[in-house]
Amino acid sequence: MISLAHFIVLGTILFCISVAGIFINRKNVIVLLMAIELMLLAVNMNFVAFSRYLGDPSGQVFVFFILTVAAAESAIGLAILVVLFRNRSTINVAEIDSMKG
Amino acid sequence: MTQQILFYAFAAVLVASALAVITVKNSVHAALCLVLTFFTAASIWILAEAEFLGLALIVVYVGAVMVLFLFVVMMLDIKEEAVREGFIRFLPVGVVVAVVMLAEMLSLIGVRALQAVPLPENPALAAGSNTSWLGKALFTQFLLPFEVAALILTVALIAAVTLTLRKRGGVRSQKPGQQVLVQRDERLRVVKMASEAPSTGESP
Repeated sequence: MISLAHFIVLGTILFCISVAGIFINRKNVIVLLMAIELMLLAVNMNFVAFSRYLGDPSGQVFVFFILTVAAAESAIGLAILVVLFRNRSTINVAEIDSMKG
Repeated sequence: MTQQILFYAFAAVLVASALAVITVKNSVHAALCLVLTFFTAASIWILAEAEFLGLALIVVYVGAVMVLFLFVVMMLDIKEEAVREGFIRFLPVGVVVAVVMLAEMLSLIGVRALQAVPLPENPALAAGSNTSWLGKALFTQFLLPFEVAALILTVALIAAVTLTLRKRGGVRSQKPGQQVLVQRDERLRVVKMASEAPSTGESP
């Protein structure tokens, strides 16, 4: 049988892969956004597993809301990216430093 | 037993495609690998008897969000060499952080302690199906958050449109708002003048 631990370990592995992705793709904003989506997927995996384990629909309802917010986030993120590329002709994070942060 | 074999197969595909997303050179290939990742995750959720969310993941992510990603990747002209520099430099740091995090989380989870706990009987079966089980919770207990989520999507839609909208100079276009607002006095001038006798047509 599949146990709770299977899902949690899978979610953990997925989360760590996406953290590594954020570290090694420091220049490419698009892959950074993809890594964030992977991270949300890892969290959703845990929500689904625990909802199933505890027999509580709240966990799956939360996944539903996370999907909504993540879709909104990626739509706005990509719109910002398009505007940025139009103005600066680059998506290299290192070159976008006009705010001197 | 079959479930377990399927789970391990799906998990292997999931991890492999997630690794491919963060390592492939071409951004289009990364987006396609992300499609595979989401599809496999949806399969795993369906295996866990969360059918509605599995299908929603396919429709929302594979159908909408990833198409948007692919669209943007293909629209932007990205130089691959420029975005790849620093990949090797940051690789050791990224791998070390990820492996340490993985070890810490796995030790916290205590894999052996949870190994013996199988998933209980699916509670959704009492409600008929997963969808109706979820729907009852969503439209009673979570009704207000549901409406707020709809509002968030609307705001995101308007924000994305207004961000990417631009005014081009030197283009002749109709402005319907100004056309509607036009007053009579701006177009028509009534001139007062003395009346005249109609001409008889006789030429001098």
